Amino acid sequence: MTSDLLSFSALAPAYPEMVLAIGTVVLLLVGVLAKRDQYRAIAIAGVVLLAAVALLILFQPADGVLFNGAFIGDGFARYMKVLVLGGSAFALILALPSAAENGLDKFEYAILVLLATLGMMMMVSANDLMSLYVGLELQSLALYVVAAIHRENAKATEAGLKFFVLGALSSGMLLYGASLVYGFTGHTQLDEIAKVLIYGERSIGLVFGLVFLLAGLAFKLSAVPFHMWTPDVYEGAPTPVTAFFASAPKVAAMALTIRVVMESFAPVTHDWQQIIIFLSIASMVLAAFAAIGQKNLKRLIAYSSIGHVGFALVGLSSGTEIGVEGVAIYMAIYVTMTISLFACILSLKTETGYVETVDELAGLAQTRPFVAAMMAVLMFSLVGLPPLAGFFAKWHVFLAAIQANLFALAVIGVLASAVSAFYYLRVVKTMYFDAPVLRFAAVPGELNTIMAITGFFIVTYYVTVGAPLANFAHNAAGSLF
Amino acid sequence: MAVGLGHFLSVGAILFTLGVFGIFLNRKNVIIILMSVELILLAVNINFVAFSAVHNDLAGQVFALLILTVAAAEAAIGLAILVIFFRNRGTIAVDDINIMKG
Repeated sequence: MTSDLLSFSALAPAYPEMVLAIGTVVLLLVGVLAKRDQYRAIAIAGVVLLAAVALLILFQPADGVLFNGAFIGDGFARYMKVLVLGGSAFALILALPSAAENGLDKFEYAILVLLATLGMMMMVSANDLMSLYVGLELQSLALYVVAAIHRENAKATEAGLKFFVLGALSSGMLLYGASLVYGFTGHTQLDEIAKVLIYGERSIGLVFGLVFLLAGLAFKLSAVPFHMWTPDVYEGAPTPVTAFFASAPKVAAMALTIRVVMESFAPVTHDWQQIIIFLSIASMVLAAFAAIGQKNLKRLIAYSSIGHVGFALVGLSSGTEIGVEGVAIYMAIYVTMTISLFACILSLKTETGYVETVDELAGLAQTRPFVAAMMAVLMFSLVGLPPLAGFFAKWHVFLAAIQANLFALAVIGVLASAVSAFYYLRVVKTMYFDAPVLRFAAVPGELNTIMAITGFFIVTYYVTVGAPLANFAHNAAGSLF
Repeated sequence: MAVGLGHFLSVGAILFTLGVFGIFLNRKNVIIILMSVELILLAVNINFVAFSAVHNDLAGQVFALLILTVAAAEAAIGLAILVIFFRNRGTIAVDDINIMKG
């Protein structure tokens, strides 16, 4: 253990975080010292930095436990980190064409996104309740500021304030749970906690700690009943920021939840399984019904993302390796669909601003046929129709649930999916069968590229990325068991 | 009567509950919410330090120090967001945080 810090090469598993941290600080200095606000250059440099870190993770993989067991590098961490980095990089690109309108034409935006990404990478690699908390807070504190970054806008500041209050509360609950877990096991390191649980009897205090810990994590995942902040924050924050919130932080929170329950609490699977099943059913059902009445497009997406977290948790409920594999695949497909969806929304600019409500999409098939077709494909994929990617995501998690004999959960999931088809297909109906009301500005080139690339993978998922992704996810899940 | 672990945990639990109720029952002022958040974090710290003493293990105290540091950063960011909110709306009453609903 003490030999950790003796040689620099022993730190190899933490190289990606170190590169990202140093790169972010350098970009911050450049941003501060530059004469004018070079937000565009800094954002592009940030994307390059994220891509470099992702390549470092993919081509120089290093496993190991560092810093007295606080930090772990394994296949699971690598998979989730690549997803997080991809989500953040695309979210930065999405922000560029509409930066001035959304108040994102400040270099601090890119810096804060990079810092949040660093926090997410720490969360994914956390192997100790302390590093878990510090990573989570680095991410959360950056996200609070990002939510309120358009500071002249009343809605954005209100979103920031709501996000801050509920986020701080959830961190408090998570910490209270962590303190009880520490008190009743005597350890903060995740694998040491598991060792105590295998031999010892589980006490009621530990179960309390587990419940608080999972409640705090459910807040970050925005699983029902801890989802109240999601629609407000998604609606109030600038749209590119919402795109970021809906992609990378969800992956990091899911990875953290998986690691905590699988690594520390595997000996008491029965206890957490009930909680996760409840969160999963509540999220799927509530999101499916609550989204029906939504007129605002971003609120609709908020409920859709709550529902998708519910579906991903179906896989985790099984508590098996194939379940974790299903969740890993689900999150990859979910991030791709989210980025693609926000690229569509951000490409629809009218004379008065950006599209806000579902009704404004009327007749899009005539005015912007490519965007409308792309969005229709996405809606079908979000419902889960074969042969689109969304179908395979759901197929993997439901398969895991059925193999774990959770038949009721799988049936409820499929029914919730059928109900959610109503509001997804209403968007398609509005675009294809209603008369056009608005005229749209030309679509920026980078958004067209993102839509085309993500759309290609969503449509051809089974023949192109399906097999390699499943293989990568299989290795990732395997490293946890 | 000797003061034992149970007493510390009771104080922690009471402070935590007060903090949570302070957030949800308070209808007046956002500053009170910030104070409640601090209360929650301090309740957690009491728990950690008490458990650390009982286990004779330093990890709990290290954790408490980390929480103190992060709580300071959190309060700074919370107040900053509150200031820009006040500039836009001219109020920090909890009932006025209501542009978005539903």
